[in-house]
Amino acid sequence: MVEITIRKRQREDAVITQRKFFKKTARGKVIKVIRERYLRDDVVCGIEGCRECSHTTDTLLPRNGSPDHKSFPNGHYVLPDTNVFLAQMDLMESSLFTSPIILLQTVLEEVRHRSLPLYNRLKALVNMDDKRTWIFYNEFRSETAVVREEGETPNDRNDRGIRKGTAWYNSHISLTRPTIRGQPPPTLPTVVLLTDDVANRQKAEKEGIPSLSVRKYVEGMPNNSQLLDLLSAESDTIEPTVAAGGRGPLYPEYLSSGTLTAGIKAGELHQGHFNANTFNYLEGSVAVPAFTKKVLLVGRENMNRAVDGDIVVVEVFPEKDWKAPADEVVDQEVTLRNDDAEDSEEEADNDEVIAEERKALRSEEAARRAAERQPTGRVVGIIKRNWRAYVCHIDSSSLTSSNTTSISQQTVFATPVSRLLPRIRMRTRQAPTLIGQKILVTIDKWDVHSRYPEGHFVRALGKAESKEAEQESLLLEFDVPYRPFGKAILDCLPPEGDQWVVPPKSELGPAWRDREDLRHLNICSIDPPNCQDIDDALHATRLPNGNIEAGVHIADVSHFVLPDNPMDSEAASRGTTVYLVDKRIDMLPALLGTNLCSLRPFVERLAFSVIWELSPEAEIVNVRFTKSVIASKFAFEYTEAQRRIDDAKQTDDLTESIRLLNTMAKKLRAGRMAAGALNLASPEVKIHLDSSESSDPIDVEQKALVETNSLVEEFMLLANISVAQKIQDAFPQTAVLRRHLPPPPTNFEKLQDILKKRRGLSLDVSSSGALAASLDKCLDPGEPAFNTLVRIMATRCMLSAEYFCSGSVSKDTFGHYGLASPIYTHFTSPIRRYADVLAHRQLAAAIAHVPLHASLHSKAHVERVLGGVNRRHRMAQMAGRASVEFYVGLALQGRVARAAQTHAGRVTQEAFVIRTFRNGLNVFVSKLGIEGLVMFKRETQFDADDYTLTIPSADGGAGATIAVFDKVVVSIDVEKDRNTQRGKVKMALVSPVDSVGL
Amino acid sequence: MSSRIEILNDGGFRSDGRRQYELREMTFDMAEQAGADGSASVAHGLTQVRVSVFGPREAKMRSQTIHDRANINVEVGIAPFSTGDRRKRSKGDKRILEFASTIKSTFEPVIQTALYPRSQIDIFVHVLQQDGGVLQACINATTLALANAGVPLLDFVCAVTGGVHAAAPMLDLTTLEENDLPHVTVAVMPRTGRVTLVSMETRLHVDRFEEILRLAGQAGGVIHKEMRAVVRERTKGLVDAMGAGVRTSDFAEDAMVADS
Ligand SMILES: [Zn+2]
Repeated sequence: MVEITIRKRQREDAVITQRKFFKKTARGKVIKVIRERYLRDDVVCGIEGCRECSHTTDTLLPRNGSPDHKSFPNGHYVLPDTNVFLAQMDLMESSLFTSPIILLQTVLEEVRHRSLPLYNRLKALVNMDDKRTWIFYNEFRSETAVVREEGETPNDRNDRGIRKGTAWYNSHISLTRPTIRGQPPPTLPTVVLLTDDVANRQKAEKEGIPSLSVRKYVEGMPNNSQLLDLLSAESDTIEPTVAAGGRGPLYPEYLSSGTLTAGIKAGELHQGHFNANTFNYLEGSVAVPAFTKKVLLVGRENMNRAVDGDIVVVEVFPEKDWKAPADEVVDQEVTLRNDDAEDSEEEADNDEVIAEERKALRSEEAARRAAERQPTGRVVGIIKRNWRAYVCHIDSSSLTSSNTTSISQQTVFATPVSRLLPRIRMRTRQAPTLIGQKILVTIDKWDVHSRYPEGHFVRALGKAESKEAEQESLLLEFDVPYRPFGKAILDCLPPEGDQWVVPPKSELGPAWRDREDLRHLNICSIDPPNCQDIDDALHATRLPNGNIEAGVHIADVSHFVLPDNPMDSEAASRGTTVYLVDKRIDMLPALLGTNLCSLRPFVERLAFSVIWELSPEAEIVNVRFTKSVIASKFAFEYTEAQRRIDDAKQTDDLTESIRLLNTMAKKLRAGRMAAGALNLASPEVKIHLDSSESSDPIDVEQKALVETNSLVEEFMLLANISVAQKIQDAFPQTAVLRRHLPPPPTNFEKLQDILKKRRGLSLDVSSSGALAASLDKCLDPGEPAFNTLVRIMATRCMLSAEYFCSGSVSKDTFGHYGLASPIYTHFTSPIRRYADVLAHRQLAAAIAHVPLHASLHSKAHVERVLGGVNRRHRMAQMAGRASVEFYVGLALQGRVARAAQTHAGRVTQEAFVIRTFRNGLNVFVSKLGIEGLVMFKRETQFDADDYTLTIPSADGGAGATIAVFDKVVVSIDVEKDRNTQRGKVKMALVSPVDSVGL
Repeated sequence: MSSRIEILNDGGFRSDGRRQYELREMTFDMAEQAGADGSASVAHGLTQVRVSVFGPREAKMRSQTIHDRANINVEVGIAPFSTGDRRKRSKGDKRILEFASTIKSTFEPVIQTALYPRSQIDIFVHVLQQDGGVLQACINATTLALANAGVPLLDFVCAVTGGVHAAAPMLDLTTLEENDLPHVTVAVMPRTGRVTLVSMETRLHVDRFEEILRLAGQAGGVIHKEMRAVVRERTKGLVDAMGAGVRTSDFAEDAMVADS
């Protein structure tokens, strides 16, 4: 029985405990909000052995703080203010920063208001095992609570609260450790306020509160040289002086946030995500709701310090200034190769750079096509920076001293691996040792005086092109959580470990409660070779009435992963399993993923089954859902299952079962296609690894598909649709669904124009059915790959599918465009996708197997979780693709080397032109699934309207005209960029003309 | 912005500094309201309501007369300044009517109506300020006002709201919490432990529901103790004023609350 008490409030507290304010809702209505606060004396300090505070946990701060600081020999604790966490999170997170930290509630809440990603990092920091952090709820303790005074800004109020908290700690420590008569006075540890705000430090000094700047504090720490590198540029005001002295700002200042808000409201300014252009670093775009085409930002000044992913506010220029996007490839490494990091502000260099950039932006505007004009504009403000740590290389040419023993501080360029990001200027003492390594760098600020953003070094990942470094950098670049599962998570696994088995059948045992015994069915799984996480299995039999019973059995993950425990939270935050070529980062611990929840053959497993009665025409007569126990009879590989189906001599029950499934799948597929489902294509290649040990790729080939691939796919789609309907019926407000919005027709304009002009083909995009039909007609009798190419290009015009909470969007937007299904969800892969786990829980509740966990009744909760899962999902896809690219690069390197050895000459491949530029071609090598650029230095003739480029032949004679969709032959080479150590695929044209030297 | 306020933080504190099972400050004021036979003002935290009771008196309208017991009539008025958005609600507003009928059905089995056939008891509820738990405040104020008016009750009715955050139950919710959590208002009769009302507008998990019901029953007891103390104080004052301070001990409850 818990104790229920009444919280009394002191009369005299009323002023500081009650608050009345007005706030504006999203709809512009003003509402009055009243809040009160109860102050208490039982908020504990968190210091071990404190005689006043009764602590209930044992993860407390050491009694005498940390002795490791030369200014505080009696021990100390640090109490950082909000800006320290906002600006110096890398420092605070470093395992070298071991001082005990007192985190005030005021600080925690302010961080939460300012930046959710930083707040999440802060929460993770609090829970780190090697950190000692205590959250002190100062706003609820009567001595430390502050109330905003007349005329005080919220910032000042918080600063005052933080000072008051620091003062309280120091007096609390001395009050609780009085001098005992006859004994020497006890040595008392100090609580130090860490703040980079000079005014705050002055006030603290006046009030007798110990305070230090972060830099000063770190300088007094034992391992300061490593820690000082982690300091963000934010705290040094040394850098911009050179620039400020020499010349006016390079960029316009941002407008105030009030002006921005008013401008957006009035429709004069527009808000959106800034997207950098992969091909041209001097151009970016912002999609805003007011225009169907993206707003184009041309040139550094107009992009005004926006970095890919930032949420920016743009001002759109008058229509006469609108332009078509550039049709030239501009590479910042080439254009800016002469810019110097250390003194990039010197006039001479500057002029050269500016001239170079001008040339790049050269006035080919006249040549820009009128038809493709889109709005242009400039960035006038930033709503939210989405800066994070970026994987970079140090540009070796930016080093002033490459003496490896030098520890002098240098300013160098870090070039991000992603082409979408600008170079970052940073200062480091370790520059020479970082050359040739992959490193992690964060951006701290971007001043109007500085051409480049400024950042700081976070840590080294390892030697560039070593698999470990590349793998880790990939995971970091796409924000994939890859820590091993912690103890708290592993403790949620069944205690039997891999000895766990389905208990013997009994009505009473919890495992068998409401579970159907389907062990007798001829269930099997069909997967790619070497599949370890088998989450689905199938069966089919003929029923006496002539109908067919088909079943899909999915691993019963929700039996093991219970809501709201550490394992569940971790899976929710991971969102999905990430597949790299040579590594899998699991969403759930391997014991579940590859064992207890893997529907291996010949063992009993718990499953969640969807069982249909289908008519011979594959129409659903009836569907039911049940938790079950199954025993798979075989685990097929796709090709093996295909062989069984094709071999007429095989007539055993299992073969008959998959044959029946195959027949039904074909009918299901035909039905879906008739309903207008799209058959899309994305380049998929397979990397052959030599052996599991060496993981050296030996070759790349396109994935081959057999009928059985689509057998499994059809039944999974059917299961997902049936489950979606069921959970939507049961929980109309919070069902976890997945949708694919129809793409806006303007997305297809360019592709339609190219198809019309180059091939006389048309694309009907009025509906997914029409699109599917017209895609089928995009054929080139001489070139079977042409159709695939068009499909790939069409896929790129579409939006991506997303998870959503059914109560959050209007019902007419539930549809899945690509699948042409009015409703859809993900149910079939709960081992590796978190959305499926939620769908399982909802389905289990819908059939009254278990009641639904409270969190799944909350729309806000479901929205929040799915938002995270969507993001992880996108990132995982990109990480997977990047991993394939890396290995394709390695494989190519191997091929190039072999070709050189055997004197076979160059490595050549057929490729299709997918885009033409003034100075190059963007080609797609279907056999390798990669894209590449062929660049020409010599003058070419470019017809933008006709998508053609005429190249002179090497001897100056009549050249060849190349157009989009043309098949060409390219030679492929991999060369290491001298400066960045980045392996780069170089392509050159071999046929129709040899472009070497062009 | 409100989405950035934590309902229950890692330190176990709610957004207003209370812990899970702590009720807000409550005040009960039984001062006379001009003209009313009994009245009471109740505040739970920042939520304030005033209830006036008239009667039992002769039924004004024939149509509302019931031959073997008193008719209970509840009217609810919500001050426009009591809510955040200053929305004006008319008396015929559906939500208000529903609210009134909830209060009526809560008290119908508690008031000994059979003692007053063909008469009428009017209960006027005024919501002055809202910060969550409005129904709980209305019910508690009605109990006190009825007691104050000398209307015989089988027992006190004590109400409290309970909600669940993730898996953590909490009591006496503020508006901020009500907006975010599945919650329920429970009214209990502390002497018998009987539940006279469960009012739920949001879905609640069945396991959690049992837990909340148990907690609310317990919390009802705590509120009852507070209310009883106030009633005693008030009665003692009255008796003193009448110069007959003899039996004060159990007078209050005995007089107004018949044995069940
Ligand atoms: Zn203490």
